[in-house]
Amino acid sequence: MVVESHETDGEFAGGGLGHTSRSPIVTPVFTDMVSSQTESGLLSSEGESQRTQYPYVTGTSVIGIKYKDGILMAADMGGSYGSTIRYKSVERLKQVGKHSLLGASGEISDFQEILRYLDELILHDNMWDDGNSLGPKEVHNYLTRMMYNRRNKFDPLWNSLVLGGVKNGHKYLGSVSMIGVHFEDNHVATGFGNHLARPILREEWKEDLSFEEGVKLLEKCMRNLLYRDRSAVNKLQIAKITEDGLTISQPYSLKTFWNFGAFQNPTVGAEGSCC
Amino acid sequence: MDHDATADVNAPHSMGTTIIGVTYNGGVVLGADSRTSTGMYVANRASDKITQLTDNVYICRSGSAADSQIVSDYVRYFLHQHTIQLGQPATVKVAANLVRLLSYSNKNMLQTGIIVGGWDKYEGGKIYGIPLGGTILEQPFAIGGSGSSYLYGFFDQVWKDNMTKDEAEQLVVKAVSLAIARDGASGGVVRTVIINEEGVTRNFYPGDKLPLWHDELEAHDSLLDILNASNPEPMST
Repeated sequence: MVVESHETDGEFAGGGLGHTSRSPIVTPVFTDMVSSQTESGLLSSEGESQRTQYPYVTGTSVIGIKYKDGILMAADMGGSYGSTIRYKSVERLKQVGKHSLLGASGEISDFQEILRYLDELILHDNMWDDGNSLGPKEVHNYLTRMMYNRRNKFDPLWNSLVLGGVKNGHKYLGSVSMIGVHFEDNHVATGFGNHLARPILREEWKEDLSFEEGVKLLEKCMRNLLYRDRSAVNKLQIAKITEDGLTISQPYSLKTFWNFGAFQNPTVGAEGSCC
Repeated sequence: MDHDATADVNAPHSMGTTIIGVTYNGGVVLGADSRTSTGMYVANRASDKITQLTDNVYICRSGSAADSQIVSDYVRYFLHQHTIQLGQPATVKVAANLVRLLSYSNKNMLQTGIIVGGWDKYEGGKIYGIPLGGTILEQPFAIGGSGSSYLYGFFDQVWKDNMTKDEAEQLVVKAVSLAIARDGASGGVVRTVIINEEGVTRNFYPGDKLPLWHDELEAHDSLLDILNASNPEPMST
């Protein structure tokens, strides 16, 4: 099958003049003839240095915690488009191979592309058929390399990722940012979650939480995010990964509380108010 | 249009158009307005924004006319070859993923939001939304273009699963018509395309046949007709 593909030379003469070249690459990947990495490397030849994109459809916070049997992760199902809450059923928690769970915030199209890369990674891992399989630590490292290398090319994948899993009894929880900053901890979060959820977790997280305690703790964080994060939506999923396997809950909503005395008539007695 | 790195990333680009795709019990209905604008001028008041990719898959185009046309041309070309190779009609999912591939790979250069809709024998009627950036989302219904801002609340209230073909088409016509009423970048006629197992039906609803909304008046040939009507003088001091 012959499919036409146009490639532009990255070293573009006249790029110094600052003119933009508009030659989109059209390489439909029907077979795996081009590694996805190089495909994106050939694209976006808008002159030499300007390449950083902008996020369009974005997901907000992801929170992850270690608990007695493994990892618990929570994320809402919102896909924002600027200030509009455009999509309300976006799944931002996904399984990766046998042992890992990936949660993403940021640009959804880039997350979808990351899932494709991971799919290929897991496929090749399975094809070795050697009884071994990539654990969460390895997947986390792969993601880190991918994010950092894209950042170095000024063409980032606009996501903050949370990667958790259990392999051979070892629990693992880490995060990677869009510029490749990565670390592991007992609890991690992205975006607003860092500011609102982690302080709660620093106070209330402890070693060997039960499943119920863990879920309640995550819900406390998610409720707070719902109150205070403009891009949060009240439809979320909680995922659990243990040695035995992974479950992602059905979508559900949290109750919110507005019945405080102080909320009823907050401006009574204030300067300029009626009473 | 220069992409300034300090631009407000929270302000999405507005796209002149209203486009809609809904699933119903048996297929899909795609709908769109017909206005193509260049700045304030209406370059084409009767454009067709619902474009065919294959016998069973159509797309609604919004955003840059040039970008959406070129994407649709490439995808039609690839799908044609794919159909020959496959030996049977392409699925809606494949068509949508090809659109995604182009939109995602060229995200820095393209400015087009696309709704892919069609029917295939495996999954029945399906709608895929592919907004700016190249995210792909399968949805029971999708809205897009600048006019869609005015329709989020409307659909939140009115949407239900498993409508009949007529209910679905009426909903689409009503929605596009409401968006046209408020969005300056949408106007003209409402075009719909219904795709199901039986085939494809194109419909046309001219601007003067659409329902009237708040603060809109019935159309007349001339004031003289009003003045000459049997009832009281509308002129006053």
